[in-house]
Amino acid sequence: MAEARAALKKGHGSQVNTLILGERFEYQSNDNDPLTVWEAQGWVGGDIQKLWFKTEGEYETEKGQFEEAEVQALYSRAISPFWDLQAGIRHDLKPDPSRSYAVIGAQGVAPYWFELDGQLFLSNEGDISARLEAEYELRLTQRLMLQPRIELNGAFSDDDEIGVGSGLSTAAAGLRLRYEITRQFAPYIGVSCNRAFGKTKDLARADGKDSDHVSWVAGIRFWF
Amino acid sequence: MDRRRFLTGTAVAGGALTFQAALPAWARSGSGTDLSGMKTLSGSRFDLQVAAAKHLIDGKQGRGVLVNGQLPAPLLRWREGDELSINVANHLKTDTSIHWHGILLPFHMDGVPGVSFPGIKPGEIFTYEFPLIQAGTYWYHSHSGLQEQLGHYGPIIVEPQGSDPVTYDREYVIVLSDWTFEDPHRVFAKLKKMSHYYNFQQRTVADFFDDVQAEGFDRALSERLMWGAMRMNPADIADVTGATYTYLLNGHSPAENWTGLFTPGERVRLRFINAAAMSIFNVRIPGLPMTVVQADGLNVEPVETDEFQIGVAETFDIVVRPTARQAYTLMAESNDRSGFARATLTPELGMGAPVPNLRPRPTLTMKDMAMDHSAHQMGRSSMLGMDHSTMDHSRMGRMGHGEMDRSAMTNGNHAKHKAQTHHHAKGPGVVGLAMNPTHRLGERPAGLEDVPHRVLVYTDLRALDRNPDVRAPERELELHLTSNMERYMWSFDGVKFSEVDGPIIFYKDERVRLTLVNDTMMPHPIHLHGMFFDVVTGATSDAYKPRKHTIVAKPGEKLSVDITADAPGDWSFHCHLLYHMHAGMMRVVSVLDEKAPA
Repeated sequence: MAEARAALKKGHGSQVNTLILGERFEYQSNDNDPLTVWEAQGWVGGDIQKLWFKTEGEYETEKGQFEEAEVQALYSRAISPFWDLQAGIRHDLKPDPSRSYAVIGAQGVAPYWFELDGQLFLSNEGDISARLEAEYELRLTQRLMLQPRIELNGAFSDDDEIGVGSGLSTAAAGLRLRYEITRQFAPYIGVSCNRAFGKTKDLARADGKDSDHVSWVAGIRFWF
Repeated sequence: MDRRRFLTGTAVAGGALTFQAALPAWARSGSGTDLSGMKTLSGSRFDLQVAAAKHLIDGKQGRGVLVNGQLPAPLLRWREGDELSINVANHLKTDTSIHWHGILLPFHMDGVPGVSFPGIKPGEIFTYEFPLIQAGTYWYHSHSGLQEQLGHYGPIIVEPQGSDPVTYDREYVIVLSDWTFEDPHRVFAKLKKMSHYYNFQQRTVADFFDDVQAEGFDRALSERLMWGAMRMNPADIADVTGATYTYLLNGHSPAENWTGLFTPGERVRLRFINAAAMSIFNVRIPGLPMTVVQADGLNVEPVETDEFQIGVAETFDIVVRPTARQAYTLMAESNDRSGFARATLTPELGMGAPVPNLRPRPTLTMKDMAMDHSAHQMGRSSMLGMDHSTMDHSRMGRMGHGEMDRSAMTNGNHAKHKAQTHHHAKGPGVVGLAMNPTHRLGERPAGLEDVPHRVLVYTDLRALDRNPDVRAPERELELHLTSNMERYMWSFDGVKFSEVDGPIIFYKDERVRLTLVNDTMMPHPIHLHGMFFDVVTGATSDAYKPRKHTIVAKPGEKLSVDITADAPGDWSFHCHLLYHMHAGMMRVVSVLDEKAPA
C-alpha cells in the first residue's frame, strides 16, 4: 500500500515532461549573402524545476561556414506564476576565438502577453554583456499568427577579438507571419532587420563586413 | 477472505483479446424497446474483465482500455439491499481499478489505488464485496492513471427496494463521454507545454474589430488591455476540446446517431451520466420539456426545465413525455461549443429530427474573475481608468491581492463585502485569487445566461426525502480551487497532491461545512468519495438540501456543502476533470474513527 500511495502522489502532480522547441529555423536573404539562422530551446523537468537548453546561430550558406554558434545549459526555476529564473553556462563555438560565459537570466510572460527573455553574461575574458529578446503574437485567425520580435545585445566592455564593442552592440527586429498547420508545425515568412551600433559596427566594418541589412526570411517553427 | 487472486494461464492469455465495435446491448442503437428487455449484467455476482481492446469510432480504429470489451462498459443493474460480489480481472500490462462512483461502501472497496487499496495488478483478480444501501443512477470507472479517457467507464442502475417514486414506462441510460485517438498521456503533456493547444476558438484581431464596431474603440481596447494585463484568456472555456475529441453518447459518435425508441404518450426516463474525462455538456431536447427527477442518484422534487448542464461525473435523471408522433434530437453540446454528442428519440426507426447548430462559444466575464461587483458595474473602460502605476501587475494575479483592493479600487463600494481571505500557498502554481467570489448556485452556467428558455440551476433542486442528517455544521473548512493555466498547474489551496503532506481530517459523525472558493477561471466538478454533499442552496436550516456526490463550482464562485462524516477511512477528494486531477487537484480525506476532540 505504501508503494501504491507513493505512485498515487507521483501520478498527481509531479510528472516530468520534455519540450524541444525549434523557434526559428530560417533562411535569411541578407542582401546577397544568404544565411541559415536557427534558434531553439528545450527543457526537461517538472512544473517548478527544469533543465533548460538554448541554442542559436548563423550559417553562411555560400561560404559554407558558421558565423555564430551558441549553446546554453541552464537550471531553471519557476519563481512566480509567469517567470522562470535561469542560471548556467553558455559556450560560443563561433565566432573565433570561442568564448564561455556564466549566464543568469529571467524568462517569462509580461503583462499584455509579451514573451521576454533577458540574460546577463560574464565571459571567461571577464567581459559582461546582456541580451533581451521580446516577442508578441497577434492572432489574425485561429491558425495565422503575426509575430513581431526584437532582440537587443549590449556589452559593458569591449571584446575586440569577437567584434563586440561596449554599449548597445547589435539589434534585430523582425516580423514573421506564421501559419500553424498544426500547433506543432508552422511555416512562416517575414522580414528581419539587423543592425550594429557604435564600436561593434566599426569592428565589423574593419573586418570587411556590412553589419546592417534587411532580409526576407522564410522558415519553420516546430515543437514536440 | 483473500480478495486478490491471480488469473490462471488461460485467462492471462485473454490479455490480448481484441474486441471489435463492441457496444453493450443497451447502448446499441435502435436495438431495443426498453432496458428491461436488454441484455445487461444484473444480479449480485459479476465478473468483469479489464483489457486493452480495439474500438471503432466513426470507422476509425482506436485503442481503448475496456471492460468486457465494451465501450461504455456493461450496464450493471443492481438491487438495493443486495450483497454484491464483483470479480475484476486485470488483463492489462499495467495496474487497474474500478471506483463505484457515488456508491456508499466500506472505504477499502472504493477502488482508488493508493487510497482505498493497492490497486489491481496485471494478471490479478480483485473481488469487490459490499452491501448496497441506496438506489439510483450511478456509474463506475477506473481510478488508475488516465484509463478513464480510454473508455474504462460504465453505468450502474440500482433499483430501489421499495416503490420508485418516479413513474415511467420506458427507460434509457444516456452515457455522455469524450473520446480521443491520441494517447491521453500525450494530451496531458501537450497541455503542460502549451495550455491552449486544443483551443481553436480564441479571440482574434477580427473579433477585436467586431467589438470596436459594437462597443466603440475605447471600450474594446480597454477590455483587451484588462485581460492582457492579467495574462488571462476570456476564451478559455475548456482545456481539451472538439479539436481532438469525438463526443460520444452511449459510445456513439454524432454521425453514428444513437437512437432510442418510444411510443407516443409514454413517460420515458432518461438516466444521464457524464462519464467524460474533461467535457461538461449542456443538454436539451428541442420541443420536449424535461422533468428532472433525480440528481446524482438521489431523488429530487420533480422540476421541469428545457436545458441543463451536466458536469463531469454528475448524473441527472429526467422524464420526458413525447406525445406527438415525431422524432426529437437529444443535443449535448460541450460547454465550449467545440462539438456535441447527440441522439435521436423517435417513435420509429428511420424518422429523424433536425440537429441544431452549435451556439457561439461563451466568453468569460468579470464575474468569473470574482472581481468586485461594483467594479463590474463600473464597466470596462473605467477599469482601465484606474491608476495602473499603483498596481503591481506581476503580483496582482486576478485582481486578487490586498494592495489592489485598497489602493486602486477605492471607488468600489467595498464596505458592502467582507473581503475574501486567502490563507493558502501561492507561488508559481497560483495565478488568480478570487477577491470577491460570489454565490452562484442560483446562476445559469456560462453560455446559457441568455438562452430564451428555462435552464436548470442548482437552487432549483430540492431533495425528495428529508436529509438524513439535519444538524447544523459544527465547523467549517474552506478550501480554494487554485491554478495557473499558463503552466497547466491545478491544485487545492495552491498545493498539488504530489506536494501535500497529510490528509484532510474529519472526525467520525461530525457535521462539517466545506466551503469551496474557486480562484480559477474554470468550472470544476468537485467530487468526494464515500459521503454525499448536502448542498447549501438556501437556508442552512433547510432539511431538504439536494444531496450530491459531485458539484460544479463555477469560476469565481464560493459555495458551501455540509457533510456528515459517517464513513470512517480514507477517501479521495478531487476535481473530476481528469487532467486537473492528474495535475494535482486532489486530496485525501481521512475520516477518523474517533469523535472530534472537544
